[in-house]
Amino acid sequence: MRKQIEGSRAMAEAVGLCRPEVICAYPITPQTHIVEGLGEMVRTGEIKNCEFINVESEFAALSVAIGASAAGARAYTATASQGLLFMAEAVYNASGLGLPIVMTLGNRAIGAPINIWNDHSDAMAVCDSGWMQLFAETNQEAADLHIQAFRLAEELSMPVMVCVDGFILTHAVERVDVPEQADVDAYLPPYEPVQVLDPNDPISIGAMVGPDAFTEVRYLQHYKQTLALRLIPEYAAEFKKKFGRDSGGLLRTYHTEDAELIVVAMGSVNGTIKDTIDEMRADGLKVGLVTLVSFRPFPTTALREKLVRTRNVVVIEKSLAVGMGGPLANNVDLALRNVAGAPQVHSVIAGLGGRPITRASLHRVLRRAFVQPWEGSHFLDLNEEIVAKELHYVRKVRRSGPTAENILRRLGQAAEKAAV
Amino acid sequence: MFQVRIHGRGGQGVVTAAEVLSVAAYLEGKHAQAFPSFGSERKGAPVVAFCRIDDKEIRLREPILEPDALIVQDPTLFKAIDVCQGFKPGGYLLVNSNRSLSELHLDVVKQMPAGHVLTVPASELALKHIGRPLPNAALLGAFAALTGIVHLKSVVAAIRDAFESEKIANANVAAATAAHDAIASVTAAA
Repeated sequence: MRKQIEGSRAMAEAVGLCRPEVICAYPITPQTHIVEGLGEMVRTGEIKNCEFINVESEFAALSVAIGASAAGARAYTATASQGLLFMAEAVYNASGLGLPIVMTLGNRAIGAPINIWNDHSDAMAVCDSGWMQLFAETNQEAADLHIQAFRLAEELSMPVMVCVDGFILTHAVERVDVPEQADVDAYLPPYEPVQVLDPNDPISIGAMVGPDAFTEVRYLQHYKQTLALRLIPEYAAEFKKKFGRDSGGLLRTYHTEDAELIVVAMGSVNGTIKDTIDEMRADGLKVGLVTLVSFRPFPTTALREKLVRTRNVVVIEKSLAVGMGGPLANNVDLALRNVAGAPQVHSVIAGLGGRPITRASLHRVLRRAFVQPWEGSHFLDLNEEIVAKELHYVRKVRRSGPTAENILRRLGQAAEKAAV
Repeated sequence: MFQVRIHGRGGQGVVTAAEVLSVAAYLEGKHAQAFPSFGSERKGAPVVAFCRIDDKEIRLREPILEPDALIVQDPTLFKAIDVCQGFKPGGYLLVNSNRSLSELHLDVVKQMPAGHVLTVPASELALKHIGRPLPNAALLGAFAALTGIVHLKSVVAAIRDAFESEKIANANVAAATAAHDAIASVTAAA
């Protein structure tokens, strides 16, 4: 049914339609509305045969999901930012044990400095933990991806993280077509676990594995993600057939056929990029876009096919691997490794800690890529004056104090000066 | 695309107002996107919420930088922040106040077309109909009358959708209708 609802509510309803049997989560902004909604739906009986378990921390939340999943239950949790870091050990356990848990990540920056706003640092912090990671562009896709995620997770017995931009999606009220129960039931079969802790048929899960077998276990984990590269488009195609819309898949393209410059991005910023591309094309600039949905598994081959004929690739990402640059740009580089005459890759770090990514800024940086391409990472809308002042100050003064507080003070002074 | 920015203070229902407006537009078959300014909201602090309305899918995710309409729930905000930042010439401005426009001494009014700027005693109407000074329903009723972007009946339906309690919904509907009718009679007279 089509509704005008908050993204978090739409996701909660979509998760409810997947008939989860155990939900456990710990509140953390900006994910909280999702599990609040689910808690209410369990209490009112809208979700049947489901236990909502209150826990004392994120570490406990995922640990409970691991236990529930190992006991054969369809398990779900959600978190963000520091919450994900707090459960990091369990994140690796869930994937290492091959348990098909689905987790929503309401993408948020990681402190310090503490920041509640959106970027992709949290997802990137665990991107190599063995979880599959799917990024939603809209709330419609966020809802739909959860349904596909359970199917994918359970088919491969591997956990899936559905990554949704905190606030920008979780707190936005927009039009979402929430699927019907019968259609979801037809799309998502009941959970048939490949391993179950059952007192009547005892097995052990989680044995210590030495050098003689560790590589093989890891290899098979990696192999399963390569299988996902085939399954993700298959499930998206089947989803389209059943529900009539494009959601999910490995990646989507926008005006890439004749593009001299192709942007690569993940998540909700793709909408703003598309609007910018329309305006640039009206000015005769041939720009295209690849929206990456699946970050893990990384669709190396599919991405290469889309990028190989263009001249410039601009990767716009809401994350920074400190000391290296953009992790997504690095992965895009990998897709073009050893390709003769490969396009140039330019990295843009944008939207960190919730800084808005505007059309005006996108116009500036994309136009610059045509005339004055750059090496290394370009930090979109970086306040160079403030940075220069701080650098100058710390060179002069040994006990220069905490960086964040210094920057805040300088911003305050600049604002006061402007007001006078 | 029509873009509305709502300024108020934490506790006034700024975010709810944007959401209700988006539902009203949706009920008229339009695409609408409502979102808050994503701060750590607390009672009394300046809060901003946004609503975009369009006939086609809304893809844009930047904050509203050039609003076509501004709804100001607390006129003291004009002194605290740059409420009119990016305000489009020819846009609409609706201010919650029981004072007249000339008494508010707003510079922005001088550049605006006649009939595009109004004050409405929304808190007063809310006190009368709801019993609490929550101005958002009254402001949305007035917004419908001022701009014609949504109809009052859609605003009423959206308010009913937002409140589970029929009593509270009725009170908010009464406030919205009263504000709408007051504005409509003023504009008709002009």
